[in-house]
Amino acid sequence: MSPRQPNPAPLESADWDGPYIRYDLVKEFVVALVVVTVLIVLLTVLFSSPDDRPVTIQQWSRTDPAGFVSTAVTELDGSSEVATYGPPYNHTPGTGQKIGPLNLQSAAGVHFPIDTARDFVLNPLGSIPGNAPLAGALKTYQAAPAAQQKSWTDAYTKGLDSATFTGGVPQLPPGDYGPVAPMMASLAGMAQTGGLDGALLNANQFYQTNYTKPLLFLSGGDYFESRAEEQHLLGEQWGMMNETGSYPGQVWLWLYTFWYQVAPFDTSENADAQVWALMMLLSLAFICIPVIPGLRSLPRHLGVHRLIWRDHYRRVEGNS
Amino acid sequence: MWTERIRSRAVGALPPEKLLPDRQPAYVSSWIYVFGVATIAALLVVVGSGVILGLKGPAWWHESGVGKFFNSIHLWAVEVFFFAMVVHLWGKFFMGAWRGGRAWIWVTGAIVFLVSIGTAFTGYLSQQNFDSQWIASEGKDGLNSVGIGAFFNVADFGQMYTWHVILLPVAVVALVVGHVLLVRKHGVVPPYAAKVARAASAKEPA
Amino acid sequence: MREMAGRLGPLRGGLAAPAVFNLNSPAHYVHWHFFQMSVANVILIGLMIAVFILALVIPFPKREIEK
Repeated sequence: MSPRQPNPAPLESADWDGPYIRYDLVKEFVVALVVVTVLIVLLTVLFSSPDDRPVTIQQWSRTDPAGFVSTAVTELDGSSEVATYGPPYNHTPGTGQKIGPLNLQSAAGVHFPIDTARDFVLNPLGSIPGNAPLAGALKTYQAAPAAQQKSWTDAYTKGLDSATFTGGVPQLPPGDYGPVAPMMASLAGMAQTGGLDGALLNANQFYQTNYTKPLLFLSGGDYFESRAEEQHLLGEQWGMMNETGSYPGQVWLWLYTFWYQVAPFDTSENADAQVWALMMLLSLAFICIPVIPGLRSLPRHLGVHRLIWRDHYRRVEGNS
Repeated sequence: MWTERIRSRAVGALPPEKLLPDRQPAYVSSWIYVFGVATIAALLVVVGSGVILGLKGPAWWHESGVGKFFNSIHLWAVEVFFFAMVVHLWGKFFMGAWRGGRAWIWVTGAIVFLVSIGTAFTGYLSQQNFDSQWIASEGKDGLNSVGIGAFFNVADFGQMYTWHVILLPVAVVALVVGHVLLVRKHGVVPPYAAKVARAASAKEPA
Repeated sequence: MREMAGRLGPLRGGLAAPAVFNLNSPAHYVHWHFFQMSVANVILIGLMIAVFILALVIPFPKREIEK
């Protein structure tokens, strides 16, 4: 085979024995770097980047005090989404998503123990010094049997429906709320000063980078979700792909979020685990394309390569 | 001797003229071929801007105009990186670029694509703004559902930031280096057999 | 009405160089049956496909075959 005549059926694993062209890889890289850098700087100058301020519990309690207090009561009585989440935060029977018979969530166990009553309400309130009535209310609540505690929190939850808020502090109609009323009023006050954000973050140590507790508390309320909904970040809004404002988001997550929109995942209680498993399978298939019969020979049948290598085919087929 | 054996294997697989060739097969003549190097160029800008962001720490990009500028460079570099990588991936798929013993080139490329998605995910989590709060809040459910959340806590900024600035970039760069060295070793995949060759082989007696 | 300034947060200290186009406003979305995507994402994906097609069809500068 002469070097000017390309091999019509090259041995794919061998070094190319057909014609060559001079090709400056280093120059190509430098040009690519310059072009790409100029493009990136241009995009930066034109569009900048989003940086919406984070939501705080202080902001939540001031903007939506009713929502904050009603969430706080559910954290206290253990009926909240966080309190009943299961692993890795707590042991709750019947929790944990499944992939068929496999419950990997439960198998992993509790690694970040959170008792919402203790961590979100009682301990932060207990850190407030010099408030004898509050200290007394806490002592009364913690000494009461579980049934009594539930009676107070149930009454308080019902009373919240008719509550008014003065300066962010809840005023409920008369009822048997026991110590829960002054506890919730103090918690709302603490939240509005920003003290609860700090107390949840720095409960055990000065230096902290773990925002699990404040983030879980925020995620239990509607305010946080409503802010996300405004920005089209919710799951059912294909939010995984979106960014705040009008910026492009993580477009490469399109297939991951797609499954959540279709049956059976859109109504499944185990959607997260099922979608994760499906995506792992598809990712494995993607990695293993070279060894999957049918898929590995698909490009040859699709023929796009004839466009890419049209000069080569013109040389080979034109000279036949 | 181990040194001699390793050296002769390395030089055997990648002699200088293969490591840094000054010529390519004539079939390398399409614009689709520039997207691999464009991806690497974008990755360099991502890492470079990331290094600058790391020099001043996480508060800087919220507090200063220059910090915000480099934050924007980093974001758009990531968008250009994924853009170029996906176009490169499409091109390589349609070329059947795993042929001729090049399966590991495809495998390393596919893996680095997936690892890059993970790297971007930890980056979005490290922004310390509303977006990162929401992504952590949603992401935890996906990861918790398969037990990963017990070990990889998206609400732990310290953990996510460390994964993002060192652990995952090291993996990405190592995979890219391996990927490129394999391309240099095996050469760019040749075209599928031409129609004239297939017609000729069809006429041959069985 | 959301607190826009508080939401975005002014840059404290240092000069703030505003972008030419402010993308911090609420996005527009493309809806089609159950499918919805932000205009920015649609543009990005459309550009990707367009660039891919262009890369295939635009002729590459001819190089002389080595003797």
